[in-house]
Amino acid sequence: MTTITFGKAINEGLRRALADDDTVVLMGEDIGTLGGVFRITDGLKAEFGEHRVVDTPLSEAGIVGTAVGLAYRGFRPVVEIQFDGFVYPAFDQIVAQVAKLHYRSRGTVRMPMVIRIPFGGGIGAAEHHSESPEAYFTHTAGLRVIACSNPADAYVMIRQAIASDDPVVFLEPKRRYHVKGEVDLEANLADARPMGVATTVAAGDDVTLVTYGALVQTAKDAATAAAEDDVSIEVIDLRSLAPVDYATIEASVRRTGRLVVAHEAGEQGGVGAEIAASITERCFDFLEAAPVRVTGHDIPYPPAKLEQYHLPDLDRILDGVDRALGRPNSLSEVDA
Amino acid sequence: MTPSDREATGLLTRPDDLVRLLDATGRRHANPEFDPWVADVDVDALVDLHREMVVVRRLDAEATALQRQGELALWPPLAGQEAAQIGSARALHDDDFVFSSYREHAIAWLRGVRPDELLSVWRGAAASGWDPYEKRMAIPNIIIGAQSLHAVGWAMGAKWEASSAASIAYFGDGATSEGDVNEALVFASSFDAPVVFFCQNNGWAISEPVGLQSKQPLARRADGFGMPGIRVDGNDVLAVLAVTRWALDRARRGEGPAFIEAVTYRMGPHTTADDPKRYRTDDDLAEWRERDPITRLHAFLAASGADMEAVDADAKAAADRAAAELRAGITAIPDPEPMSVFDHVYAEPNSHLERQRDRYARYLAMFDESAEGAR
Ligand SMILES: Cc1ncc(C[n+]2csc(CCOP(=O)(O)OP(=O)(O)O)c2C)c(N)n1
Ligand SMILES: [Mg+2]
Repeated sequence: MTTITFGKAINEGLRRALADDDTVVLMGEDIGTLGGVFRITDGLKAEFGEHRVVDTPLSEAGIVGTAVGLAYRGFRPVVEIQFDGFVYPAFDQIVAQVAKLHYRSRGTVRMPMVIRIPFGGGIGAAEHHSESPEAYFTHTAGLRVIACSNPADAYVMIRQAIASDDPVVFLEPKRRYHVKGEVDLEANLADARPMGVATTVAAGDDVTLVTYGALVQTAKDAATAAAEDDVSIEVIDLRSLAPVDYATIEASVRRTGRLVVAHEAGEQGGVGAEIAASITERCFDFLEAAPVRVTGHDIPYPPAKLEQYHLPDLDRILDGVDRALGRPNSLSEVDA
Repeated sequence: MTPSDREATGLLTRPDDLVRLLDATGRRHANPEFDPWVADVDVDALVDLHREMVVVRRLDAEATALQRQGELALWPPLAGQEAAQIGSARALHDDDFVFSSYREHAIAWLRGVRPDELLSVWRGAAASGWDPYEKRMAIPNIIIGAQSLHAVGWAMGAKWEASSAASIAYFGDGATSEGDVNEALVFASSFDAPVVFFCQNNGWAISEPVGLQSKQPLARRADGFGMPGIRVDGNDVLAVLAVTRWALDRARRGEGPAFIEAVTYRMGPHTTADDPKRYRTDDDLAEWRERDPITRLHAFLAASGADMEAVDADAKAAADRAAAELRAGITAIPDPEPMSVFDHVYAEPNSHLERQRDRYARYLAMFDESAEGAR
């Protein structure tokens, strides 16, 4: 085990994938010489050469579109979108091409592409640099959507994503890039937990709290805080947003009878909406309260000085937990 | 004399030549095509151009310092690009409309944007800083290249309404690779839109040299889109003024779009978050320092017999005033009210958001109550 940052863990995962498989190529803006604006690809161009780690012209549609062509030839392109808010110029290529080519070609063409996107807020950034676009992708048939939350997972899951024969949108919670954790750099993919399986990161009996990405740590902190109040929260790190590992969530909700889903993205049409609906369908008889969503507002991501009033934090998550438990909460009067 | 006859226009697709009226030492070179466009620029006008360049360089330095002090979240410096920006913005008429990206602080300055209006966004205190209709300058765009299409649409409308105004799209060398910019060039050409594409080729798109975006001068692309392309020394404020006047004039007269590549250099980091040492050497910088846009105009002014003591004193006083205004302005920018996160999402009432706003207000009120309770 080594202790490295989240960012370094992805860097090591990419290094390992490049070393293990000649068909893996990295493409993106500023990822070569600079090593990426977050330094996630630091040193990889020097180590593997400019044909494996490619600084591209400034065009997201160009990056993803040419990666489609490379995949047609059998490459496994790993593209970096510099920030969440810059993925939209590539949206057409992702949704109309990457996601659908396997289907359209009746299974003959594989698109083993990984689209890495630093996502989410909390870093005081300028506009378009803090977005949570995951629902656009979870809504798109043909894509897998992953959001990892810690260095150990990041190291394994980036390699699993690259190894997958389906296209993967790989969301990296940028505000966690500098957080350190233990990583087993010898970890074998064969022994690893499949990337489609969720992880229960805190055990509890009273309420099931499902989240992903940067909010996993916030949820764990909330569970610790609630424990002092004799409230026992089970925290599930979703890891895969599409498909969702309902088996893990269902098993938990059948015990707790209560569900809270938290994410930074807005509420409307979000991952939380999908999970709340699905769990209601699957576990209706076990639910003791309506599922609760704790989310960003349905607004464009606000200026830096307002982001604390947009992003769910520990207090907002606990308020949602109180609501699920029928304890006094901000909406007690409304609910009454 | 007006040099705007069609014949001259035809000659201007010569993007391999660099239009330069003042060389790096400040010596004036005759240019039969473009001299007429700046024939009215007397010493007073040159002094004005010099002053404004000094002022925006100072504003830029102050903003960079404010970022270091934590007063701004981020700042993309314009240092080195003063001539490209001041020269082109001085060519604009009041009723023209600017569509820019994020580094065009000098354009904003000449459009009458106050320092606090300019800084509020970079402080993270507001979504935007000024009224685009009042300043005739759109909200700057961080999404690379997107504004170029907006400039074209604005110009299409101006043409359809028989207005004599033109629009100008500012974007960088990196932006020329984005689909939006290429689509903008197609639409502009297709509709003969009165728009000027003003590309500041500052050599870099963050860490990527312009050679990665284009194997040939960017201005040459214009030909393929069916409009004149012109390459100008972007550190020569006089030449920039001349070519931009020429391009705007022909646009206004219904001759359609033109593409200007202003060759300049980003002297500073991409933004205050960038570390250029990772991708370029100081040698490049030294070379470009020799071509400083302010030094060369200064030398030309001196050679023109201007009272340089007065010129310098005037420029310094103006820069001091602007800097003082900027420092006073920054502390006067109010922190936004928490509930303002819900403002301006929609133009019309929206039941979903109103419900969300109401519920969030109740949530925040909980803390007021507990604070009161604790007192
Ligand atoms: C669509 C999009 N992709 C990526 C970025 C990230 N980004 C910001 S500035 C920049 C480089 C732009 O270079 P250039 O167009 O030359 O303008 P300059 O910064 O030199 O003024 C990049 C890649 C962005 N803002 N928007
Ligand atoms: Mg540039």
